[in-house]
Amino acid sequence: MPAGYLPFFLFLVLAILFPLATLIVAKLIRPSAPLPVKREAYECGIPAASTSRGRYAVRFYIIAILFVIFDVETVFLFPWAVHYKALGWFGVAEVAVFLAILVVGYLWAYKKGALEWV
Amino acid sequence: MSGYYTSADHFALLPALMLVLFGSAILLLEFLMPKGPARTRWLVGFTLLGLASAAIALLRQHQALSAPGSRIVAFSGSFTIDSFSLYFDWLFLAAAAIVTLISYRYLEIEGEHRAEYYGLILLACSGMFFLASGADLITMFLGLELMALSFYVLVGFLKRERRSNEAAIKYFLLGSFSSSLLAYGFSLLYGLSGSTNLEEIRRAIFTRGSLDAITALAMATILAGVLFKVSAAPFHMWAPDAYAGAPTAVTAYLSVASQAASFALLLRLFNGPLSPLDQEWRPLVAGVAVATLVIGNFAALTQENVKRLIAYSSVSHAGYLLLGLVAGNTTGLRGIAVYLAIYMFANLGVLMVLIAIRTRTSGMLEEDLSDLNGLGARHPLYAAAMLVFLLSLAGIPPTGGFLGKYYIFLSLLETGHAVLAVIAALYVAVSLYYYFRIVRGMYMTQGEPGPLASSIGMNVAVAISGVATLLLGLFPEPFLRFAAGALVR
Repeated sequence: MPAGYLPFFLFLVLAILFPLATLIVAKLIRPSAPLPVKREAYECGIPAASTSRGRYAVRFYIIAILFVIFDVETVFLFPWAVHYKALGWFGVAEVAVFLAILVVGYLWAYKKGALEWV
Repeated sequence: MSGYYTSADHFALLPALMLVLFGSAILLLEFLMPKGPARTRWLVGFTLLGLASAAIALLRQHQALSAPGSRIVAFSGSFTIDSFSLYFDWLFLAAAAIVTLISYRYLEIEGEHRAEYYGLILLACSGMFFLASGADLITMFLGLELMALSFYVLVGFLKRERRSNEAAIKYFLLGSFSSSLLAYGFSLLYGLSGSTNLEEIRRAIFTRGSLDAITALAMATILAGVLFKVSAAPFHMWAPDAYAGAPTAVTAYLSVASQAASFALLLRLFNGPLSPLDQEWRPLVAGVAVATLVIGNFAALTQENVKRLIAYSSVSHAGYLLLGLVAGNTTGLRGIAVYLAIYMFANLGVLMVLIAIRTRTSGMLEEDLSDLNGLGARHPLYAAAMLVFLLSLAGIPPTGGFLGKYYIFLSLLETGHAVLAVIAALYVAVSLYYYFRIVRGMYMTQGEPGPLASSIGMNVAVAISGVATLLLGLFPEPFLRFAAGALVR
């Protein structure tokens, strides 16, 4: 085994052992009091209205995907903002291209009605 | 700060850039067009315009690289334009253009004619360009994902068809699984060499010399990931379902362009960074190739659905192509290049005839072998074209298919793999049976008359593919010179 990977394997062993140890120790020292209410899905503290395996509208996914896309967009803008001075006009042009591609996607999603909650 | 995006970078990127540009613009173009048949023409025209502008940019690269062995290195060595990438880029463009021509009538009948379809075709094509030109693990992986993500959507494009949805989910799950295998292998290569550049990885592996556990793991995961992509046994399970469930035009694109791009990736990796390990992977690839031939050919024998039959036949073609890599000499690599082009026209041809002769008004995903019954009497021209394509797939001399198999077998004999050559030749005989089942149905069985779903684009595409298949068999010299240049490195 190459020496450079030793910390990695140590970490792997730790990552497997730690949760196992935690679970076993917790099992040994915790009091056992099984109540049906403990097995219910958590819904803001009120009694659960339905199971957590129910089906819900595909619109939630669309909203979630759009959120992730524009969230990640900001992540990509941060390094540019940090190095704004060093990158100069090249950076501005690059970001303009990047945003233009996203704007195409945004316009498309808007025109398709993905942002409307019918 | 002018060193970031030089004119050489721009020149190298332009064909792919054109495809991305048109692929994005077509999404917005749809909103500007009035609904109706005029919009169909605009969308098809705009797609072809995008492909044509990419072709012009590619032609300029072609002229710039007229000297053998010359290349353009762009983006600090992560993107290379050489004769190899040019050859594959032409294949991808041709496939995308033909698929565009055969798609619009099909999509209209299915009621799914949308701009997104063409946008995805163009974006997938640009992803393939990155696969063929990539000289860096990250560039290649991004290209692969751009192509694969576009295909996942295209496979499920008939969203009201359950089978199309099912095919998309299966293809997505197995495709992302294989991508993650590949990414894991890439990460190991990076760990071994400290670089993502293919040439530097090759040097690092070469100086390492012997095969140790980590190198073996990297090689095995990359091999498994790529074999998934080229649908080689035992990683072929996704192919029949994805091919049969996808819209037929997408099946055509998937089975030729995606296959060619995956082989470009395979050749880039196994003739590049992994070439010092060829003593280790060669027996593995040989075993996989034989298994692919056996499974592909025998499974195709019993299929009743034409698209599943074609899927298994394309699995078996992947086996022949892998044998070219096993031989590994110039003849073998040229054989892969020639084979891919010939296979492309023939396979596209078979699937486009299937689209053209649809015998039902709905349920176009259920192409039974019996649908082709009596085609010879009903539509003699389409039947003749189908015959040419099937002969080419089987590798019968007057057509191009013979040439591809000839080079593969020749390379095997040259490198002393006579046993493999005999096995491969035996399986050609097996494949004759299922190809001629279709032929027999067309010419020797009575069938019910059915409507034609032909169009100008369809007829042009059938003519191009048929003529190309015949010409490649009858006058192969100019093409062979072009393909031979593809492998000067």
